[in-house]
Amino acid sequence: MYDNTNRKYVIQGIFIFLTVIFIVRLFFLQVVNSSYKISAENNSTRHVTRYPARGLIYDRNDQLLVYNEAAYDLMVIPKQVEPFDTSDFCQVLNIKREFVRKMLKKVKRYSKYKPSVFLKQISAKKYAILQEKLYKFQGFFVQTRTLRKYPQNIAAHVLGYVGEINSKHLKNDSYYAQGDYIGISGIEKSYETELRGKKGKSIYLVDVFNRIKGSFKNGEFDEKPVVGRNLTSTLDADLQAYGEQLMQNKKGSVVIIEPATGEILALISSPNYDPNRLVGRVRSKNYKQLANNPQNPLFNRALMAKYPPGSTFKLINALVALQEGVITEKTHFSCHGGYRVGSFHLHCHHNASFALVQSIQLSCNAYYCNVFRRILDNKKYENIDFAYNSWYRYLNQFGLGRKLGSDLSLELRGNVPKSSYFDKLYGKGRWKSLMLVSMSIGQGELGITPLQMANMTAAIANRGYFYVPHIVKKIAGKDTINQLFTRKQNIKIDSAYFNRVIDGMEMVVVAGTATTARIKGISVCGKTGTAENPHGKDHSIFTSFAPKEKPKIVVSVYVENAGFGSTWAAPIASLLIEKYLNDSISRPYLEKRIIEGYLLEK
Amino acid sequence: MQRERSLYESIDWLSIFLYALLVVFGWINIYAAVYNEEHISIFDTSQRYGKQMIWIALSLLLAVIILIVDSRFYSIFSYPIYLITILLLIAVLIFGKSVSGARSWFDLGFFRFQPAEFAKFATGLALAHFLSSYNFKIHKLKNLLTLALITFLPAVLIILQNDTGSALVYIAFVIVFYREGLNGTVLLLGVALVALFVAVLLVEMLALFLFLLFFAALIFYFADKNLKNTLKALLIFSVAAIFIGGVAFLFSFEISYHFIILLALIISTPVYFYWAYLKRLNLVFYIHIALILALSYSYSVNYIFTEVLVKHQRTRINVLLNIEDDIRGAGYNVHQSKIAIGSGGLSGKGFLEGTQTKLDYVPEQSTDFIFCTIGEEWGFWGASATLLVFLFLLLRIVQLAEKQTSTFSRVYGYSVAVILFFHLAINVGMTLGLAPVIGIPLPFFSYGGSSLWAFTILLFIFIRLDTNREKLF
Repeated sequence: MYDNTNRKYVIQGIFIFLTVIFIVRLFFLQVVNSSYKISAENNSTRHVTRYPARGLIYDRNDQLLVYNEAAYDLMVIPKQVEPFDTSDFCQVLNIKREFVRKMLKKVKRYSKYKPSVFLKQISAKKYAILQEKLYKFQGFFVQTRTLRKYPQNIAAHVLGYVGEINSKHLKNDSYYAQGDYIGISGIEKSYETELRGKKGKSIYLVDVFNRIKGSFKNGEFDEKPVVGRNLTSTLDADLQAYGEQLMQNKKGSVVIIEPATGEILALISSPNYDPNRLVGRVRSKNYKQLANNPQNPLFNRALMAKYPPGSTFKLINALVALQEGVITEKTHFSCHGGYRVGSFHLHCHHNASFALVQSIQLSCNAYYCNVFRRILDNKKYENIDFAYNSWYRYLNQFGLGRKLGSDLSLELRGNVPKSSYFDKLYGKGRWKSLMLVSMSIGQGELGITPLQMANMTAAIANRGYFYVPHIVKKIAGKDTINQLFTRKQNIKIDSAYFNRVIDGMEMVVVAGTATTARIKGISVCGKTGTAENPHGKDHSIFTSFAPKEKPKIVVSVYVENAGFGSTWAAPIASLLIEKYLNDSISRPYLEKRIIEGYLLEK
Repeated sequence: MQRERSLYESIDWLSIFLYALLVVFGWINIYAAVYNEEHISIFDTSQRYGKQMIWIALSLLLAVIILIVDSRFYSIFSYPIYLITILLLIAVLIFGKSVSGARSWFDLGFFRFQPAEFAKFATGLALAHFLSSYNFKIHKLKNLLTLALITFLPAVLIILQNDTGSALVYIAFVIVFYREGLNGTVLLLGVALVALFVAVLLVEMLALFLFLLFFAALIFYFADKNLKNTLKALLIFSVAAIFIGGVAFLFSFEISYHFIILLALIISTPVYFYWAYLKRLNLVFYIHIALILALSYSYSVNYIFTEVLVKHQRTRINVLLNIEDDIRGAGYNVHQSKIAIGSGGLSGKGFLEGTQTKLDYVPEQSTDFIFCTIGEEWGFWGASATLLVFLFLLLRIVQLAEKQTSTFSRVYGYSVAVILFFHLAINVGMTLGLAPVIGIPLPFFSYGGSSLWAFTILLFIFIRLDTNREKLF
């Protein structure tokens, strides 16, 4: 056999060779070359994060909604702090000695070596004075940041706010560092990655007097910050502002959508707050105040409140019944003060017999009790369970009982019970259409958010399709928005049926339950609703679109504890439609009544 | 009849002494690296140094157990041990915990366990078993393939864990094969292919091709010793290149310069061959063929890299080769590491006096960059001494391996040596800025239970085999 013993010399040779190379290298690094020693002495490097400006937000007509203002954070690296003149320090910054002591202790606990925020957002004036004296306070330096500003004071719920990142989020995303700002709600949250840009960093050499001597290695390791992308929102600032004005001193919500695109023109949740209050050093104080306010201004009713849809829901039941063939537009049902079966009685106030268009026009409860029972007792289906599930699927197509998937954070799904819910409540196979009949007029277990209501109306206005409602129209530097928002969502109901229902909605405004919504020269289509509220006065609801042909705007209004749909919700919707389509108001008396209306508990 | 030597007498105490030296010095340096004024005691188990002390104590326990077990156990059970580690490597892919991008840890609560560390000695055992099998001939294709399989199966699994650094260690086994008879040319060829691959990614293609041309001309000149012939060869190539370039220009084909070079070489083949035939210059023939092969190889590597691989695969390779900074900024780390070591000077700043290796400048200084602390606090003398102790241990292992009568023990011994060597080379090379930043630990030094135990097992199995060097099989 071939003897390979000699190869041990080659292998040992390799070992020795590499060790020699390493030792020679060490000799050069440590003994011959003195530049490393010098760099070590100067190696008080300071890493300064360079925060990019957050992207601006515009409305659809390029009006500025959110911009940035510079602010200065005083940072500290505990390890580098040396005894300093605290009284001078406190005087410059206008803080107490006790605060300094406490704060230093606190940041030391976080890290001795990493920079922490010592004092947030000092004013430009203080910053100028401090800059002069900073050399006396070793270990301290100033970092520039930007704060959000809202020139128009509107759309607080939509825009959302930014705030310091919490520790849970910090752990999950390595991009952020302690003290960084992040979008917490609204557009600021859902478009965080676009708006924030990319942080950069500068590494500076710092001498023993804590003065910057220049950039480290000529900036070889610096990274330029990348400015955040500007967003164009779908909001119409004027319409939003007008809506907020109309809704002042009322509880409720308005959602306005452009049906042809699904773009949200305005989204109002009332009571609201000035977005500028949640910025900067006053943020936490104001936040607490808003959170404790019994009117709950932080709660975004438009996306999160589950209201019973009330009579507006009759539109959906009519459409489903037509498509399922259980009624035709000519089917008549009679009403004699309500719907009666045995001992069951559901109140209504007519004494006549109605076909479809009139049933919508006059919002007849009895008609819809009949319709709904026909849907559930449809012979086409094996049992009520199947019929109910078929109805449930129609609702889903309209976006009810599920999240729509809009780009608004915190959207909720509302409530449409599944058949299993009734199985649990009454026992499997033991529930009948009569037991569910309150859902025919939008009461009972149903819960729908204002956004869902507006979207449902948009689907009707479009005669059978919608685009998922969204709040951002354009992202600077990107050709498209999320494709979900440009995909047509079709509803499997013939457009002819939609036209009949829309005829009914037109009659509602012309000579029905909502004549208060009539506008000269504009064919408004709508439906009132009054949602029973176990906690107080009924909620006033009106959902509408205009004009009848080629609809340009969908407005859904909820006013809590305001009674009938026609008294408050319908005129508000009508004013908003007029404002948007005509850009002027022909009924100042109506506008005055609404603006001055005070519907909050005193 | 020789008297049966007791275990105590037959143990190689020198190796154990060197091992102990390295482990204790490592512990001291971890203490210095993460030294914290609030936890002064080196025995404080809330700190890394206290924990490392526990790992060391448990390592000693492991070492004793390994020495007590019969040495035949390791050869008989080498395949089962290997299989178990393979299963663990697969299991960690499924159940493992992801730590900084690599899914290579089992989290057992009090302790995190990294199977990749233990796969090294298991692979060593399996290779030793296979290479020592009866009538083994290394150049049989089937045997070569089996060797490749045993070696690279764990490596592939480790790459799947996204821990490419640990997987690269398996390349070191090629040295063992070389000792066991693998043709040296194969080794050289392999090295050349790898070097060319790396060069393609690091260097501009045109520069690489020009360099290869120049290199070929140089070889030709030194082998042939005739300047006229060399110039003639270059002239032939130049004419071909100008021709191709001219054609490309006339018909405005968009082709790159380096592709023109390759094409020129290919179309000039008949001329070179005719010349070689005429003047009986076989050298021209070989160099020409070799050059075309090298260029085509580089060209296809480049093509695959830029056109076939998707972006994240490319980035991974780039980060590995230090072309792109990784997220922690590899370039910055190496620079800081060099400053730390350089500032140590001839005799170092003294124990606990290092300023650069404290938390903020050098990252990972108790694990991958522990050598910085040695360099800074113990200076040139300390760092060199550490390297010499390592070298001494490596040479001792080779020496012992050569003394083994069984192929099994010898192969295993070499495996131990090359694994330690590879770790040393990459880890220290990285801190000195000579090797790419690949996160693998410095044996016996770096903080961490898994790695310390794995290296202890690796070494002590060999020490155990060595106690039985005359009698195994």
